Amino acid sequence: MSRYLRFRKRTSVSALRRVMTPVISVLAALAFCALFLALMGHEPIAVYGKMISTVGSTGGLSRSIEAGIPLMLTGLAVTFGYRMNLNNIGADGQYALGALLCAGFALFGPVMPPVFKILCMFVIAMLGGALAALIAAFPKAQWGVNETILTMMLNYVFLYAMDYLVYGPWKEPGQMVAQTKAIKEKYWLPDLGSTGVSSVLVIVLLIAVLMYLFHTKTKWGYKMEVIRQNPRAAQYAGMSVRTATLLTLCMSGAIAGLAGFAQVAGILHRVQANLPDGAGYTGIVIAFLAGLNPLVVPLVGFFFGALQISSVAVQLTGVPSQVSTMIQGSIMLFVVAGEFFNRYEFAGVKSKERA
Amino acid sequence: MSTALLISIISTAVVYAATVLYAAVGEIFSQRAGVMNLGLEGIMLMGAVSGYMVAVYQQNLFLAMCVVILVGAALGLVFSFLTVTMQADQTVCGMAMLTFGTGLSGFLGKSVAGVNADLAFEPIPIPVLSRIPVLGPSLFSQNILVYLIYLIIPLSMIYIYKTRAGMILRALGENPAALDSAGYNVYALRYAYVIFGSIMTAVGGAVVSLAYTNFWSDGMTSGKGWIAVALVVFSAWNPLTATFGAMLFGAISIIGIDVQTLFPSVPSQVFAALPYIATIIVLIFTTGNFGGRRSSAPAALTIPYDREKR
Amino acid sequence: MEVKKSPVLEMKHITKTFGSVTANRDVSLSVYPGEIHALLGENGAGKSTLMNILTGIYAPDGGEIIYKGKHRDIHSPKDAVALGIGMVHQHFRLIPTLTVAENVFLYSGKKTFFLHRDEMEKEIRECSSQYNLQVSPEAYVWQLSVGEQQRVEIVKLLHQGAEVLILDEPSAVLTPQEAQSMFDTLRRMADSGKAVIVISHKMNEVMTNADRITVLKNGMVEDTMPASEATVARLTSAVVGERTLPQQTTEDAERGDQGRLGEEIFVMENVSALNDRGLPALKGVSLSVRAGEIFGIAGVAGNGQRELSEVIAGLRPVTEGSLTLSGKELSKASVKEHIREGIALIPEDRLQTGLVPELSFVQNVILKKSDSERYSRNGILQEKAMHADAAEYAARYDIRHGGLDLPVGLMSGGNQQKLLFAREVSGKPRLIVAAYPVRGLDIGAAESIRGILREQSRQGTAIVFISEELEEIFSMCDRIGVLCDGELMGIRAAGETDLKEIGRMMSGEREETV
Repeated sequence: MSRYLRFRKRTSVSALRRVMTPVISVLAALAFCALFLALMGHEPIAVYGKMISTVGSTGGLSRSIEAGIPLMLTGLAVTFGYRMNLNNIGADGQYALGALLCAGFALFGPVMPPVFKILCMFVIAMLGGALAALIAAFPKAQWGVNETILTMMLNYVFLYAMDYLVYGPWKEPGQMVAQTKAIKEKYWLPDLGSTGVSSVLVIVLLIAVLMYLFHTKTKWGYKMEVIRQNPRAAQYAGMSVRTATLLTLCMSGAIAGLAGFAQVAGILHRVQANLPDGAGYTGIVIAFLAGLNPLVVPLVGFFFGALQISSVAVQLTGVPSQVSTMIQGSIMLFVVAGEFFNRYEFAGVKSKERA
Repeated sequence: MSTALLISIISTAVVYAATVLYAAVGEIFSQRAGVMNLGLEGIMLMGAVSGYMVAVYQQNLFLAMCVVILVGAALGLVFSFLTVTMQADQTVCGMAMLTFGTGLSGFLGKSVAGVNADLAFEPIPIPVLSRIPVLGPSLFSQNILVYLIYLIIPLSMIYIYKTRAGMILRALGENPAALDSAGYNVYALRYAYVIFGSIMTAVGGAVVSLAYTNFWSDGMTSGKGWIAVALVVFSAWNPLTATFGAMLFGAISIIGIDVQTLFPSVPSQVFAALPYIATIIVLIFTTGNFGGRRSSAPAALTIPYDREKR
Repeated sequence: MEVKKSPVLEMKHITKTFGSVTANRDVSLSVYPGEIHALLGENGAGKSTLMNILTGIYAPDGGEIIYKGKHRDIHSPKDAVALGIGMVHQHFRLIPTLTVAENVFLYSGKKTFFLHRDEMEKEIRECSSQYNLQVSPEAYVWQLSVGEQQRVEIVKLLHQGAEVLILDEPSAVLTPQEAQSMFDTLRRMADSGKAVIVISHKMNEVMTNADRITVLKNGMVEDTMPASEATVARLTSAVVGERTLPQQTTEDAERGDQGRLGEEIFVMENVSALNDRGLPALKGVSLSVRAGEIFGIAGVAGNGQRELSEVIAGLRPVTEGSLTLSGKELSKASVKEHIREGIALIPEDRLQTGLVPELSFVQNVILKKSDSERYSRNGILQEKAMHADAAEYAARYDIRHGGLDLPVGLMSGGNQQKLLFAREVSGKPRLIVAAYPVRGLDIGAAESIRGILREQSRQGTAIVFISEELEEIFSMCDRIGVLCDGELMGIRAAGETDLKEIGRMMSGEREETV
């Protein structure tokens, strides 16, 4: 029997440890990134200080929130799927299709009173996202095909469709950048007072709260939890795992599609090339960091939005803007690795007898 | 079709195939061991940038490749620690690796973006063979990294299907518990294959920056890591089939550009999306449960092995 | 046949306890080369524990193992195999995507760099033809039937040089024809000087195929005999015990009072179904249960009881026959409809099927009824009603819990079972199927579970009661049906039969139904 450092599984984790481990992991990630900053000749403390002060400023705060809104939605979308053990990594594509259909309806659809029009845009974006997810959900529910790879492949299909439209038929004439025309101003969602933050934020927070209530207070949320924990017991209780799979993935897609609505109706008011920009993948990271708790997702989404905004600011001082992606990735790796200390404890060097 | 066009199509398809095949073959080994690494794009970018930086600052391609291999091994070690030891969700870890690699490579690469290394893997025509009409100039006037993949494909086929170690690898992704009971160290084996897969992927990234384009730009692998993941599924975890798939995908992307001029009505994006659509269809038919037929995917793929849960 | 004088293997005074449970107590066993030695006993009698000690999976608390005349400490399956002791487990450890030859060579053979398929396949052909084991070494394991896979497991052991082969319930997964050819193979191996140990709980197959039989009961050796001296009576009394029926209580007297019983409400006619492997598990079972009647299903576990309970609850498709409750045809109905019609199932694996161990007491209370008016209105869970009912269950059935919002996985087995019963009974079912409801419970919990069932029958619920404990069946049931190999061997009124007759039926003797 080997004699080296041994760890054993913890039987229980104290609340303090549960909270402190991720916090320390995030700090460790920042220290790790500081190494690279220093290596490339930047002053880590100064860079971090600049990033924090950027977000702290009024304009910075509202821009961070707006950058975070699509991320919050994809984070919520991924959370919804994971609550039934379904990996939806196609939020990028669902976001894209939601945005396209929503913008298409806003630009080329019938003229309507703004309230109805916006309501229709909302529904259409959701349907778009759900449709994109359905293409993966059906083979998953019917034949058990791996939804991870299906949703991932579909991303590219919808992103190329988006590419085609914004570079081709829907391109705004006379513009260098590939984007559609802006939708009519009367179909824009208003800002929240003079904050410069779109009122779409309220919708996002409402969805987060509704999702939390859905999971904890409704029979459907309850059934999802039963299926997640014990599919056999679910069958025994007469629940249809197949239908639940189909509906859950489509709902997850619908929420991702709303990220498209948020951009078109609330923030950009148009579709640009590569609009999702990896928000679906970041959404997975966000959902995980939030511990699959919908109420925490907006906070983490905001944090990631702030990272993006602040990295643009430090770019002016010569730090590559990719610093934010680097920090995001590091935090993720460190938080997952930090789980080690929640699960195991040092057990000395003694070898243990087999049971 | 003119000979020159044919040569250019085959030659471009071969180079394209080489850039995705390193990662795809690496991922085949990793997935056959039971670990799905979706962070290939990030690892490729790290390979591409580290190789290019060493080439720029040290002017030494051999040293560059050594560094690329070290970087790949380090990332593979991190990934296997998270997925094998920590038994963390492989999708989440893949996304973390993707984000980390994309960000760090972009950050580090800023210093060499747009800088010319004046150094790259140049084509080396193979004496005799390169004179064969059409195939000579397209297949045998390539650089050494392309020739290396010519070797790696048959070697990996022999390894997987003809050696004892390959037999153990095939068992590893199917029934690790059985392997454990036969006295093999499942954890160590998974570590080894994940690290190998990551090294291959990093080398694939270096092919892009040092042999294919000869420059560095942020996010330059532009989805090749995802194509590699698609290829693994498309090929049903077989390196030889993956090679044909890679050539096919490469040819589609080249022909797409030419066909575009013939049929302007067909958007080029349709061709770009074809590999993914093809993979979806193949995935459904090879892994779907239509009553009785078995899935070709390794049964234990994405399932962490936990000895205590046997 | 000729039996050599000295045993190849002796296990002496083996004792093994798990916590407070003694799995083996002072067990001694001698196995001779050239014999097929059967280990017979009910579930939990200690057969598997004993064999797991022999193959190094468990370390014994006391006693010793003597192999080929020497004291041996066996620490792992690897040690056992190195000595020449190998086991075929009930769940095969084969890799479906490898060929037969590869599966065998994963465990043994020369550790060369390349695979030499021709040599490997030749070696396996030689090894298997010696015992007339039909396997094709180049076939992939996923292409093989269960019987063929079992042969591969045997070849694996032979190729590793096993002298003592242990097979855990080898006929459980086989068709009768396959089982016969497997025993022929085992006989050939014994004839060539190997020792074969077969774990079984089927008396008839043991009597026809073994040379000697050792019966384990409650962790101890109850009897050991040459197969030629074994009779059904002797085996039955060793396996089940020479128990006299318990004194008739007033409750039991009431049992005989047929006036208590209502009309036939549940009828199965010629019902057949397949098991998980797609083999016939129920073969033309016909029975009927009256309101208020407790209908016992006796039989050795693994003879179709699980499938029977799942078929009644709608969890397993019926391939043939009909199943009606109060005249309503249910053979094609969904699980949901079965629940709605008032069929409640107490499944044999309560923590994998009947409850969700990760969820709380309260959440488990509503498992089947989250759609009901009481627990959800417009989709919103009614926490108050849920908690009230949970608290009421806990009080009425004396369920001990650490808190109604804590996971039920933390509760003891007895309390889990009481919760499961409380929930199922609360739905006012017309038919309850209870599969091994007191298995693994302490005496107190078992008695209260039986009390709940009796109470239900008094209220007019029809009950199908599946158990291996004959005493329990006799004390609980009005009528008894015996399952053997998926067939109902006969149905008897509890007052008009005895342990011996039921025991004979359990071993496969068909009796005319009264």
